[in-house]
This record gives sequence, C-alpha cells and structure tokens, in this order.
Amino acid sequence: MSIFNWFKRKGRRGSAPVARDRLKVLLEHEGRRRLKSDLLGQLRGEIVAVICRHVTVEPENVQVKMNRGATVSTLAIDIEIPA
Amino acid sequence: MAKVLVVTSGKGGVGKTTSTAALGAALAQSGSTVAVVDFDVGLRNLDLVMGAERRVVFDFINVIQGTVKLSQALIRDRRLDTLWLLPASQTRDKDALTADGVARVIAQLRQTFDWVICDSPAGIERGAMLAMRHADAAVIVTNPEVSSVRDSDRIIGLLDAKTEKAEKGERVEKHLLITRYDAVRAGKGEMLSIEDVLDILSLPLLGVVPESQEVLCASNIGAPVTLCNASSAPARAYCDAMRRLKGENVPMTIPSDSKHLFGKLFRRRAA
Repeated sequence: MSIFNWFKRKGRRGSAPVARDRLKVLLEHEGRRRLKSDLLGQLRGEIVAVICRHVTVEPENVQVKMNRGATVSTLAIDIEIPA
Repeated sequence: MAKVLVVTSGKGGVGKTTSTAALGAALAQSGSTVAVVDFDVGLRNLDLVMGAERRVVFDFINVIQGTVKLSQALIRDRRLDTLWLLPASQTRDKDALTADGVARVIAQLRQTFDWVICDSPAGIERGAMLAMRHADAAVIVTNPEVSSVRDSDRIIGLLDAKTEKAEKGERVEKHLLITRYDAVRAGKGEMLSIEDVLDILSLPLLGVVPESQEVLCASNIGAPVTLCNASSAPARAYCDAMRRLKGENVPMTIPSDSKHLFGKLFRRRAA
C-alpha cells in the first residue's frame, strides 16, 4: 500500500458522522410525518381539555388542522359551541 | 390471539424477505403456528428464499378472487410443520390485490395462526400499503446507510397514519431491526452506528443482524437463515429478535462469527 493510499483511506474514515448529520438535517426539513401527526393529536387533546373546562363541547366538534407551506404554516382550530 | 406483523422498509434490498423467513421460522420453531404471506405481487421471492418455489400451485390472488380456498393455497414447510407460506402471484398485476380481498384473507388467517407475517414489497405503493394495512405490529428493516434510514422514516410516518389501527386512533407497535451491520466499520466511523440510527429514527430496537456470508448461503439453498445454520451469527440475532417479539426480555448483543471476523481482518490486511 503506498503512502497516498494510506492518506486516501484516512480521508474516507469518519464518514459516518457526516451521514448522521446529513440525515438529521434532511429528516428535520422533510417534516417527520409521525411527529406531525402526534403533534396534532396532542394539540387537539389539550385544546379540548381547556375548552371543556369553560364550556361544554362535543370532542368531535373540535377540528384541528395544520397547513404546511414552504415559508409559513398555519394552525386552524374550529370549535363548534352549542347555543 | 393472533398477531399480524408486517415486515417493511420502504427501500428495497435491505432484507425484508430474509427477515420474514428467518423470524417466521424462528417463531414456528418456538412452538407458534405461523403463516408468512408474500405481498410482492409480480415479484414474489419469499417462496424461493423458503425453498418452496416448486410447490406453488395457487397463490394469494387466486384466494382473493375466490378461485380456490385459502387452505388450497397455503404451503406447509417441509422442515417445520407449524410454518406455512401464502405465496404471491408471479403473473398478475399488483392491482389484483384488492383492499377487501386482503382484509378477508388476513381475517381468515387470524383465526388459524398465532402469527401472520406480511412480507411487504419495497416502495410505498399499493402492495406495501396493503401489507401494513391490518398490522398489529411492524418490523422496520433498516440498513445503517443514509437512503435506507430516510426511507424507514417515511415508512414510520405511513404506519402512524395509513393503517387500520392508526385510523382507529390506536398505535401499531413498531420495532426496528438493523440488518447488514458491520461492527468493525461502525467502530472505525465508516458506517452509521446503532446509536446513530436509533437517535435518528427513535424506535425501540428489536435486534441487530450482522453482515454475514451465511445469509446468502441460506438463500442459495432455500432455507431461512435460522434453520440453515442455527449457530451462525445472523441466526442467533434473529432468534433473539424473535424472543423479544414474543415479549421476552433478552439482553441486546450483536452476535458475530468470530472466525469470520478474523478472516475479514486478515483479508483486509492482505488487500
């Protein structure tokens, strides 16, 4: 093995941390769907709990929707309160 | 109570079929009745890996279309009489797999077997979605490599959204199975480590199957790796994974073929 090959080998070493960092950035950017779905479920549960402390609502009349855009995302909460 | 398990990954070639055969055989050997179901319509291979390719007469699509009864399409393993295979169709189009038909067959299998293991095709299209549809639990097969990890992340998202359980507001129990792991390369920082993959995917680890020549050897002869050479490193890894699936508390070790490891080091030096 020539000394140049030795350097090449060294350069290739430690590529795993690069892979890990690239993946972390990528998956963050792609918006991990499972976290998103958990987030919505969690938000919905907590919102229902807060509303129910003050007014009587049917849990199925609480809609929580998230629209993800390129630069901005919106959270729409629609609660039907009986008259 | 039957348990439906999907073996999935998104990416192709990571070891879904190998893992389905190995876990199925290990479960059957432990005394459970097991049906392994090939969902890869048009590209079936589970029959080949299990060594039953010449015994396929009827298939999953024939059962769905009502041409034959389920019992006529199921093939009993020659080595383990509690292990059965439902082969996919090789000639039909994947659209022949209908949602209603799959639901019916899975419900029927649930009545007869302790475990129903669905071998998913690669990708996220019809076959893959139907394979995970009725799952109680999922084994996500991942190689320590960027594209496989990314695809696993995608599949995890689908398991949390598009399965029957998810739609009822329940959770599919998810397990991560890392395959083709090379401890030497990971130790040198050349391959994602187990910790890296767990950190990124944050799933409970079912097992780590080391890269081994035994896997190819087993598929060459048409035997699940757990039956081909039960003392080999991958066979031990799959057996441990099987016990964890059954709820046993098995300490996590990464088996290695020490002889093999030595040979590898030797070859590396010689190169």
